Amino acid sequence: MADYKITADSFKPAHIAKEQQEKLGTDNMTFMQDAMRRLRHNKMAMISLWIIIAFIVISLLSFFFSPSNPNTQHLKWNNLPPKIANWSIPGFRGYGVSAGAKVNVYAQNNVPNNVWFVLGTDSLGRDIFSRILVGTRVSLFIAFMATLFDLTIGVVYGLVSGWKGGMVDTVLQRIIEIISSIPNLVVAILMLLVFKPGLTSIIIAIGFTGWVTMARLVRAQTLQIKDQEYVLAARTLGESSVKIAMKHLIPNLSSTIIIQTMFTIPTAIFFEAFLSYIGIGIPSPTASLGTLLSDGQKNFRFLPYQMVYPAIVISVLMISFNLLADGLRDAFDPRTTR
Amino acid sequence: MAKYLAKRIFFLILTLFIVASITFFLMKMLPGTPYNNPKVTGAQLAALNKANGLDKPVWYQYLKYMVGLVHGDMGTSYQFAGQSVSHLIISRVGPSFQIGAQAMIVGTLLGILLGAIAAIRKNTWVDSTATIFAILGRSIPNFVFACLLQFWLAYKYQIFPIALWDGFSSSILPTIALAMAPLAQTARFMRTEMVDVLNSDYIDLARSKGDSKWQVVAKHALRNSMIPIVTIIGPMAVDLMVGSLVVENIFAIPGIGEQFVRSILTNDYPTIMGLTMLYSVMLVVIILVVDILYGFIDPRIRLSGEAN
Repeated sequence: MADYKITADSFKPAHIAKEQQEKLGTDNMTFMQDAMRRLRHNKMAMISLWIIIAFIVISLLSFFFSPSNPNTQHLKWNNLPPKIANWSIPGFRGYGVSAGAKVNVYAQNNVPNNVWFVLGTDSLGRDIFSRILVGTRVSLFIAFMATLFDLTIGVVYGLVSGWKGGMVDTVLQRIIEIISSIPNLVVAILMLLVFKPGLTSIIIAIGFTGWVTMARLVRAQTLQIKDQEYVLAARTLGESSVKIAMKHLIPNLSSTIIIQTMFTIPTAIFFEAFLSYIGIGIPSPTASLGTLLSDGQKNFRFLPYQMVYPAIVISVLMISFNLLADGLRDAFDPRTTR
Repeated sequence: MAKYLAKRIFFLILTLFIVASITFFLMKMLPGTPYNNPKVTGAQLAALNKANGLDKPVWYQYLKYMVGLVHGDMGTSYQFAGQSVSHLIISRVGPSFQIGAQAMIVGTLLGILLGAIAAIRKNTWVDSTATIFAILGRSIPNFVFACLLQFWLAYKYQIFPIALWDGFSSSILPTIALAMAPLAQTARFMRTEMVDVLNSDYIDLARSKGDSKWQVVAKHALRNSMIPIVTIIGPMAVDLMVGSLVVENIFAIPGIGEQFVRSILTNDYPTIMGLTMLYSVMLVVIILVVDILYGFIDPRIRLSGEAN
């Protein structure tokens, strides 16, 4: 360094073409791409996303490939423990505890060697694995319907309420206030009493109450956005309300909408499992994670596998949706990431 | 303030009126009679209907029900012959209230503690552990949790009673099972708030004036972070009410939640209506109290009624 001489040459301007100067090193990113990039860096959220995709794919495939009919009863083969072929995987060998000793339950019940149940059978000899598949499908369907209600009723209600303002807003908000003052469980129970207990009643109940939070959030955001200059410009240029909503409001609300939808899903899944668990949800013989849990609980002391596997499935499902929701919130609203 | 309060109370009463009306007419729409016994003959049915006032026109029944409701009379239970619904509910409120209150207090306090520690020790293993704990508490359904507690702590190790209502020790497991949800929710909320507060200027000022880290936390950060927790107390209380239904069932506690489930399964309409009203009243009152409380605790929020 010492022999480095500073001469006048060192101060000559570097020659870079104008367009070269203005060039950005990376590609332009839209808001969505930016959020997705942040989401991809969130390991837990990505794992959750893949788990959810796996759940969806498996439950869709189970329409075509189910190990056995989930409602067929093998009364001679009831309460069989989990077993996978003749491999010896701990916990899946078909052994159960009887009078303090380990017993090969399959041999005891004279089950042919080529018959096995991956997660065992319940007290009526129904294949638990197939029933869990059906239950997962029910949960995911409920999640899908709750999303649909959120995106249709919730978003439109909030948009109209926020955009119209005045009298319309007041009336719509009072209605929301009344709806949210009735515990949604009570709404569900009333629906179940009036209609027959089942998937339809649960979905109607969710349709009645599930979208309220979304409507509130969308309204609050709409109130903020509608005074922005670009909306004013669109109005001045004579754009119709519907077009403004589609072109300006919804894109700017997208992060709120996506995050809230993701938070609605676990609530809805829990809601169905809860109703089925206390015996007023999905009626038998159709399986749902809630009914599987309440059936399994009866034998939990002696045959824990009947409750453990449905419990694991619903917990993993809920954890994945919650983690993905958290990840999406952090991705769309980087201020919350610290 | 008085005007705001009057307006709120007016809407509260209107809401309850609508809930009561909807419940009443839905119950009237239900097919069949509440008497499921095939041995009941025509004459007996008529006598039963007369005794329960079901032979009168619907509008008369409605008026009678509404007037009774104002006086705290909710009719007679079908399930327990001759027992008035109000009496039935009052005799069962105690255990539910005890468990609910215990779960609320334990859950919120532990949640605040957990959230605060996570925020102070941000991005360390303490923080990650607290976060995992909070996510598990939020995700695992309370009935799964209650069953596991019952199996491990009551059946296997026999530390606590398995079920039934017999003194304080039998309220511990249901309280833990119910407290998980508020705990997780409060912890998550508290962490976010606390991190926010710890980054604010007045914390820097307090630090530069020579307060130790813990003094700052105790004197400034904790208090200011706890204010917004008040807003989630309402929704948490509702979740607790719902949770109590199934937790009371699992632990066979003679509370209103357990009664609600039983009434639904036995089509005991007057009791269902009574309990529906009770749940709605609790919900709207809690929401109102929380709103008013919030105004007192944080004077920056005005009770002007235009709060979004």
